Amino acid sequence: MSRPVRFNIHPIPSEAKDAVSVAEAPEGYAGEGFFTTQLSSVVGLARKNSMWPLPFATSCCGIEFMATMASHYDLARFGAERVGFSPRQCDLLMVMGTIAKKMGPVLRQVYLQMAEPRWVIAVGACASSGGIFDSYSVLQGIDQIIPVDVYVPGCPPRPEAILDGFMKIQELVGQESIRRRNSEQYKALLNSYGIE
Amino acid sequence: MALNNSIIQEKLVAQFGEEMFSFSEQYGMLCLEAPTEQNLKVLQFLYDEPTLAFRFLTDLCAVHDPEKPGKEICVVYHLHNLIENVRIRLKVYTSVADPKVFTATRLFEAANWMERETYDFYGVQFVGHPNLKRVLNVDEMDYFPLRKEYPLEDQTRIDKDDQMFGRG
Amino acid sequence: MTEHIQHIQLPEGSIEKQTTTLNLGPTHPATHGVFQNIIELDGERIVSAESTVGYIHRAFEKIAERRPLYQITPLTDRLNYCSSPINNMGWHLTCEKLLGVETPKRVDYLRVIIMELARISDHLICNSIVGVDTGAFTGFLYVMQYRELIYEIYEEVCGSRLTTNIGRIGGFERNFSNTAFTKLEKFLKEYPDVLKEFENLFNRNRIFMERTIGGGAISAERALNYGFTGPNLRAAGVDYDVRVQNPYSSYQDFDFIIPVGKTGDNYDRFLVRNEEMWQSLSIIQQAYRKIQEFKGEEAEVFHANVPEYYLPKKEDVYTKMEALIWHFKIIMGEVEMPKGEVYQAVEGGNGELGFYLISDGGRTPFRLHFRRPCFIYYQAYPELVKGSMLSDAVVTMSSLNLIAGEMDA
Repeated sequence: MSRPVRFNIHPIPSEAKDAVSVAEAPEGYAGEGFFTTQLSSVVGLARKNSMWPLPFATSCCGIEFMATMASHYDLARFGAERVGFSPRQCDLLMVMGTIAKKMGPVLRQVYLQMAEPRWVIAVGACASSGGIFDSYSVLQGIDQIIPVDVYVPGCPPRPEAILDGFMKIQELVGQESIRRRNSEQYKALLNSYGIE
Repeated sequence: MALNNSIIQEKLVAQFGEEMFSFSEQYGMLCLEAPTEQNLKVLQFLYDEPTLAFRFLTDLCAVHDPEKPGKEICVVYHLHNLIENVRIRLKVYTSVADPKVFTATRLFEAANWMERETYDFYGVQFVGHPNLKRVLNVDEMDYFPLRKEYPLEDQTRIDKDDQMFGRG
Repeated sequence: MTEHIQHIQLPEGSIEKQTTTLNLGPTHPATHGVFQNIIELDGERIVSAESTVGYIHRAFEKIAERRPLYQITPLTDRLNYCSSPINNMGWHLTCEKLLGVETPKRVDYLRVIIMELARISDHLICNSIVGVDTGAFTGFLYVMQYRELIYEIYEEVCGSRLTTNIGRIGGFERNFSNTAFTKLEKFLKEYPDVLKEFENLFNRNRIFMERTIGGGAISAERALNYGFTGPNLRAAGVDYDVRVQNPYSSYQDFDFIIPVGKTGDNYDRFLVRNEEMWQSLSIIQQAYRKIQEFKGEEAEVFHANVPEYYLPKKEDVYTKMEALIWHFKIIMGEVEMPKGEVYQAVEGGNGELGFYLISDGGRTPFRLHFRRPCFIYYQAYPELVKGSMLSDAVVTMSSLNLIAGEMDA
């Protein structure tokens, strides 16, 4: 005895030809049964389309993140469907919301627990620079304690803006060189934050 | 007869005497100031008296006014009689050099964290509080930030230029 | 069971503990906000808990001493950010009480519509997150779609989705356009079916009922002593609602009931919030009908006639002398402010949100204190979860609707 269906009983026929986008293959030399390219391009392509984000949602931007994750502005279409809360398993730390000085050490510890390669996106004005809260108890931007890759301004940023920031992270991930994390420049960056 | 401000005033004066309080009425709400040592007695009377029955503590906060020597910090209690729908405001004053007020936690459980917040912001020592430590600020903070002499901004920040905000 | 059966012989002098300490720490997957619980567990049962807050303390009360009254509205947005219009309206009502401004009826009805939409938005998040914490993700995805409709209505009125900064002291910044009313009609048409579908998913769902019934129960006397207000208090059996006891913004003109629960456990809170959403829907429909009855001149009124506190239209500022003078006075802070102290409460999504404002005649408040319901009832959390299991503690946390912004201010 099935329940009467009320929704989606007149589905609109879709043109499958334009509905699915296929990722661009990286530049390389192709032949009969083989394809050569740079390792970093292939690895970057795979990584950028399957990021596992860690939503570090503290305040209002967290609610916009929930709207981004929901079905209207879907984050899952970019491959970031599996949001995790364990830093050991995630590559992208999305800091959304105000970080107070009491929360600073917690954020730093979460960042330190993440495994390389890791990226950080600061969503919202408060995470980027303290926002409207220029007070004694608010950290004026998370880049005081951890290195940040992309900043998304807004208070709160629209879900489209968060998706745009995410796409910029994808660009960074796709073009990153294999040797970056061992390079002198990266080590100097981490040392300037006091991270070994 | 429904409870109104004059009945509350009469009952309080009848119980405690004429000189103890100073009454005023602000935007329809009766405000009374009591001596600091008597705050628990007044709260207990307002709670127990069957016609007054102020059994709900709406709010507990403090105000710092450096212009009143000896009475700089004022602890404000907002009480509410839910049945008759009457609100009342009780104020006790204490000095900023030695701010001690008796705690209301045995009467109202809600006062627990509200008094911790008042201690955190103004340094008011609530005598008899079970767990008087900071609740909102970091535990290592050594000053009481909401007092008027302290600035709002963190003075050690380097990325914001006070000159541009008109506070050079 | 309290005996400790020891199967392993520990060496002399090693640590023997009966309970495990677990840190349900500031970053936890319930995506509610940042607060910490340090829990002592005996197996799976909770023996005691200690809560810590302040991880998002932004010092609103100190910031407010620096800003003139109309600049404090964006701060109030960020208190309970799931229903920020209610905070905005509460602040404007406080200022109007201090300054002695009377708003016309149409403004009151428009405010009621916006506040009830915010209440629906807040309860939707809370109830769907209770579902997510018991494992049911579908409800969350269904209703977030309809929160988008509410966001579109806010965007039409004020331009922003979440932290709305809606309204001004004395009314609104612009009249509601026809698009706003069309979107409101679309919401009123589509939403009842969705709420009914949401209730079908959860209300008589056996798994949900077994997860939530009994957990986090509190009696009415303890709840009143702890200072509970709002749906949490109503679920415990006390019918206290600020909209009925101290009506503001013409709530006395509307006909609605207050749902009340019995045991104050998670299931009762869920049902009370669901029923409040139905009541909010009915209030919005009544308000919309009342607004459509205004005709002609009256239908264009969207603010009170207070040139001292309400900024004049930009066209007038550039052409008329008086408007220019008032504009200058308001922005530069040369308007006379009355001295006094006022306390105004509104019924927020979590209970009585109070604003205690002391003005000394200057441009900025002398002291502004927010009576935040979340901060006050979170003290009861250790008592609510004592003796329950860890997974029930998580469900209790989410069914109390704890919003970190409101807790820490």
